Amino acid sequence: MRAGGIGKHGIRFGAKHIVGAWGAAVLGLFGSSVEANPQPGQLNLTPGVTTYSEVPYLLNNVSLGVCVVIGILVFGAMFIAMFRFRKSAGAVAEKWSHNTTVEIIWTVIPILILITLAWLATNGLRQFSDTTGAQMTVKVTGYQWKWRYDYVDYQGKAISKVGFMSKLDDQSNATRQLNSGLDPWAVKADGEQTYLLNVDHPLVVPIHTKIRFVITADDVIHSWFVPALGWKMDAIPGVVNAAWTNINTPGIYRGQCAELCGQDHGFMPIVVKAVSQEDFAKWLASQQQPAAAPAAAATAAAPAQASVQVPAHATQG
Amino acid sequence: MAQAATHDHHDEHHDEHHEHLNFFQRWVMSTNHKDIGTLYLVFSLLMFFIGGSFAMVIRAELFKPGMQLVQPYFFNEMTTMHALVMIFGAVMPAFVGLGNWMIPLMVGAPDMALPRMNNLSFWILPFAFALLLSTLFLPGGGPAGGWTMYPPLSLQSASLAYVVFAVHLMGISSIMGAINIIATILNMRAPGMDLLKMPVFVWSWLITAFLLIAVMPVLAGAVTMLLTDKYFNTHFFDAAGGGDPVLFQHVFWFFGHPEVYIMILPAFGIISEIIPTFARKPIFGYKAMVFAIASIAFLSFIVWAHHMFAVGLPLGAEIFFMYATMLIAVPTGVKVFNWVATMWGGSMTFETPMLFAIAFVILFTIGGFSGLMLALVPADFQYHDTYFVVAHFHYVLVTGAIFAIIAATYYWIPKWSGHMYSEFWGKMHFWNSVIWVNVLFFPQHFLGLAGMPRRIPDYNVAFANFNMISSIGGFLFGASQLIFLGVLIHCVWFSKKKATDRVWEGARGLEWTVPSPAPHHTFAIAPVIHDEELAHGHVED
Amino acid sequence: MGQQHDIYYVPSKSQWPIVAAVVMFLTVFGAAHWLNAEPGEAGFGKTLLLIGFIGILGMFFGWFRSVIHESMAGRYNSQVDRSFRMGMMWFIFSEVMFFGAFFGALFYVRMFSVPWLGGYGHGVLTHQFLWSDYAASWGNGGGNGPGHVGGDFETVAPWGLPLINTLILLSSSVTVTIAHHALKAGHRGKVLLFLGVTVLLGAGFLFCQAHEYAEAYKELNLTLGSGVYGCTFFMLTGFHGLHVTLGTIMLAIIWLRVLAGHFSKEHHFGFEAVAWYWHFVDVVWLGLFMFVYIL
Ligand code: HEA
Ligand code: HEA
Ligand code: CUA
Ligand SMILES: [Cu+2]
Repeated sequence: MRAGGIGKHGIRFGAKHIVGAWGAAVLGLFGSSVEANPQPGQLNLTPGVTTYSEVPYLLNNVSLGVCVVIGILVFGAMFIAMFRFRKSAGAVAEKWSHNTTVEIIWTVIPILILITLAWLATNGLRQFSDTTGAQMTVKVTGYQWKWRYDYVDYQGKAISKVGFMSKLDDQSNATRQLNSGLDPWAVKADGEQTYLLNVDHPLVVPIHTKIRFVITADDVIHSWFVPALGWKMDAIPGVVNAAWTNINTPGIYRGQCAELCGQDHGFMPIVVKAVSQEDFAKWLASQQQPAAAPAAAATAAAPAQASVQVPAHATQG
Repeated sequence: MAQAATHDHHDEHHDEHHEHLNFFQRWVMSTNHKDIGTLYLVFSLLMFFIGGSFAMVIRAELFKPGMQLVQPYFFNEMTTMHALVMIFGAVMPAFVGLGNWMIPLMVGAPDMALPRMNNLSFWILPFAFALLLSTLFLPGGGPAGGWTMYPPLSLQSASLAYVVFAVHLMGISSIMGAINIIATILNMRAPGMDLLKMPVFVWSWLITAFLLIAVMPVLAGAVTMLLTDKYFNTHFFDAAGGGDPVLFQHVFWFFGHPEVYIMILPAFGIISEIIPTFARKPIFGYKAMVFAIASIAFLSFIVWAHHMFAVGLPLGAEIFFMYATMLIAVPTGVKVFNWVATMWGGSMTFETPMLFAIAFVILFTIGGFSGLMLALVPADFQYHDTYFVVAHFHYVLVTGAIFAIIAATYYWIPKWSGHMYSEFWGKMHFWNSVIWVNVLFFPQHFLGLAGMPRRIPDYNVAFANFNMISSIGGFLFGASQLIFLGVLIHCVWFSKKKATDRVWEGARGLEWTVPSPAPHHTFAIAPVIHDEELAHGHVED
Repeated sequence: MGQQHDIYYVPSKSQWPIVAAVVMFLTVFGAAHWLNAEPGEAGFGKTLLLIGFIGILGMFFGWFRSVIHESMAGRYNSQVDRSFRMGMMWFIFSEVMFFGAFFGALFYVRMFSVPWLGGYGHGVLTHQFLWSDYAASWGNGGGNGPGHVGGDFETVAPWGLPLINTLILLSSSVTVTIAHHALKAGHRGKVLLFLGVTVLLGAGFLFCQAHEYAEAYKELNLTLGSGVYGCTFFMLTGFHGLHVTLGTIMLAIIWLRVLAGHFSKEHHFGFEAVAWYWHFVDVVWLGLFMFVYIL
């Protein structure tokens, strides 16, 4: 049976999905499997798959916990007040309207809590902003509406002519046309539901390698965002931003452009394929051969004038 | 009684009375703060419905995966227009309308300080929005780059010039409105209405007006640079010419962050009026409340880059803006705690305004909590530009600003119209709103945490469930607002129940000493102020 | 001047606000339409802009006329006067913030974006990957960015015309103050003289600036399109020049009103408002002279 179909069936199937959502939600909270890509009914951030991605995850959980506790105290006090000091229950208004002691207390306690959170966040931020010691560099360029990846260097050696465009896969693209009549639930790759989260040429990277990304754009601002890596970074025309990652587990990690970049902003996904270092070496070697062909790719290692840089043809993905 | 000579009928000092004015003269050529206030409020309601119907288009397209209703470009137009209309058309004019109506009544002034300019401030708005909304019908389409108008994307839009000029007009309107409010508060108070005896609502508006005058011109500057970059060959936002697209974001958010407090400080003021009234107990920590508003306003100038954590700022800047942003939780916390403390030991009843005020305190605080989470930079690298942000700002804007405006309407409409609204339907409106708004926006936190970006017309099937829930909540929340419309119409034209002067048993302050409905001209001669009639003129704190 | 009301003067209905709203709308609608017209297209934008603009002038004339009538009729007591003063002060503050946006842009490009593009500080990677031939500097050879937008240009030397303009504006501030004191002392002839000199100085400033602009475009190749150097230069000085123009017109009107005997020793808010505005324009110029020309 087709799930989540079109037209008049949509609502019925949708309702089923809602029920499914709560089921999955319970699983999401208590289940054991760690999912890196969005799951139906997912309630919290992904812990991610990199040496850094625990940082935002932890910060999120701690700050959420702090807020929940404060919330329970404040709203709790409010509800007690609402029951105890009702006129209908015979309450008579007190005359006081001021109390220096409590006012000092509830100014100082939040400050202390904030200092703790700020300390955690600052440490995480320092870790994130340290891009030194990278063993590999990938240049990411945003275009309306696709990404370009150029491999700049790997293990100290410059790489030339490995680079390609990466855009929404054809199946998603056909399905996402207005009233296409195609079923988003039917878009699958490797058993995953990849509607709008799949590309023709994924970015292939090795695990256990500190990879530095240099991120820019060609036309308007985009943002390179893969939740499993734990961050996003804006891709700004004429400007280069840096970020890094070091992936622990092989896998396919999906993300999307996260800065409004025009009509197809919703349709420029990102797929990172993390493989073992050996597999990566093989892949890289296979990439370097066809590059000798006449349809040469732009040299990423030797930075060109961005304003005149012509997007080269994809060499293979 | 403090009320003296408040009746208008034989006030020789006015050349004409509204009785002699025809419809056009009364409403279009008005110099009366009450009529102009009414105009603002009606306009704002209209804009709320227009902006809301754009939101309905958004929610309908997002109802389930796949593109069903609109083209992606049109979706982006809807997102952009929804925000511009809601912010500049619904929330800000509503607050100006409330200020217009209530500030002169609260401080014992005969009118606003500059009545003709007051009228101009209002009448610019319909034209500005006609200009803005007309772009939807232009061949090239309306603005579709988000309400934040980031270049270079916004420079691709054919309607940029219209939008920029519309924003200029709105800016002029807001600045003149703010000048008027400051002059009224500082210059028109009745003798004895000391600054520290003013209602908190008046204080909140004084500070908001200052923010407006300080930042609206900066917005005007920012959009002017957009205009020249597109049409006059300047290169402010182009790296090839030595500029930087990020420069726009700095200038915009220098305006934009204070702007979000412009949309919440008057709401704080309103809540600080309503809770004491229905708790029958003066506001707890009056001076602390005023000081907290001032601190929030001050801090709002040094936190702007928290909207830009992901643009690649230098580390020092990220840390500075993170700390400054987090600090705002302290004065805001003081406000929340003081509201709870006002209720504590009171003698409470729960009429509709109070219900909305209580919902405000809880739901705004939830929005504040998510704001605090957003302020933590490494976490924001995950949250930024996802639905988590959308959830955050709708909690502070819809259940914050809009709920406060609705609460204020219920609270003061008996004074405006002379009739009581229907308490039953008011409560219906409340319960429907408060339930559906949470169904609408709470699941958006989950969507954001799962990684769904904002400003997208379609999404992966993993996001399907919560989007559908959110859309259902959205439709029902929208429909609930029709109840509000009904209550208003009934109250103004059909309600038989006359309002007393004081209206609410626990109400204190000058505005409750004049008859209901408030006569066309009030306080032509300054009232004599008796401290014990003020909300907090008589309490030590 | 008439009897004083104890009561705050609340004007009755007035057509001017709605007229103002309409003509402002026509102006910007015309302007937007004009900007969007295809080259060579005969749009109605230009016409509308013109109508709107004339309308604005007419509106100001009408509105201020009724204000002046009310003022002459003694409707405005000291409290109303205070409202006007506050209105003018906060209006000037808003203008300060408007200039602040452009000064902010200037500081940003000079302190951050241009150095970053050149590889300083935070800009190492930007420089390395995108603009490796660019050597950051301000003025010619750097001020128009790595794209060398608009081609080579020369900057305006601060110690020529700009210095003269500084002296002109400073002395005009002095003359307007002398005129004010003369007004308070009731010396009408002296007021007319010094106010007249102020108007002439304002016009002189504008003349020099026009000359400077013409030279910049024709001889220095410094244009609005000369990268961030050109656009900060012309936007800042241009908006300032616009304010000088307005100020000069307002001073001229005030001169006529002095001639018509509108002001008394005690009551001359119109005069003071324009004088404040003039001082504000002057102060902005000092900022410009410092940050745009000298540094
Ligand atoms: C009325 C409007 C309003 C208000 C009041 C706020 C209030 C706050 N906002 Fe929000 N914000 C918006 C409107 C608003 N915001 C909008 C519209 C956007 C998106 C714009 C766009 O991109 O389109 C946004 C975006 C936004 C971002 C950027 C997110 C991103 O794009 O990545 C951030 C980041 O720091 C942020 C933070 C905060 C903080 C810290 C507060 C604080 O003021 C909140 C303080 C309140 C509390 C914390 C609760 C009460 C306090 C206590 C009970 C005390 C104890 C508490 C603790 C110690 C935790 N906001
Ligand atoms: C004060 C400001 C304000 C208010 C009140 C609202 C109110 C609402 N907003 Fe909005 N919103 C913003 C400010 C506001 N918003 C901003 C700043 C953005 C960011 C834009 C950007 O990214 O640039 C945004 C973006 C935004 C998005 C994200 C769009 C995207 O990223 O693509 C969504 C999606 O759900 C949304 C939904 C809603 C809904 C359902 C309401 C509801 O509360 C509206 C309810 C009101 C009505 C529905 C109208 C009244 C009723 C009728 C007309 C009756 C008929 C209706 C029915 C019978 C169903 N808003
Ligand atoms: Cu690219 Cu959004
Ligand atoms: Cu902010």
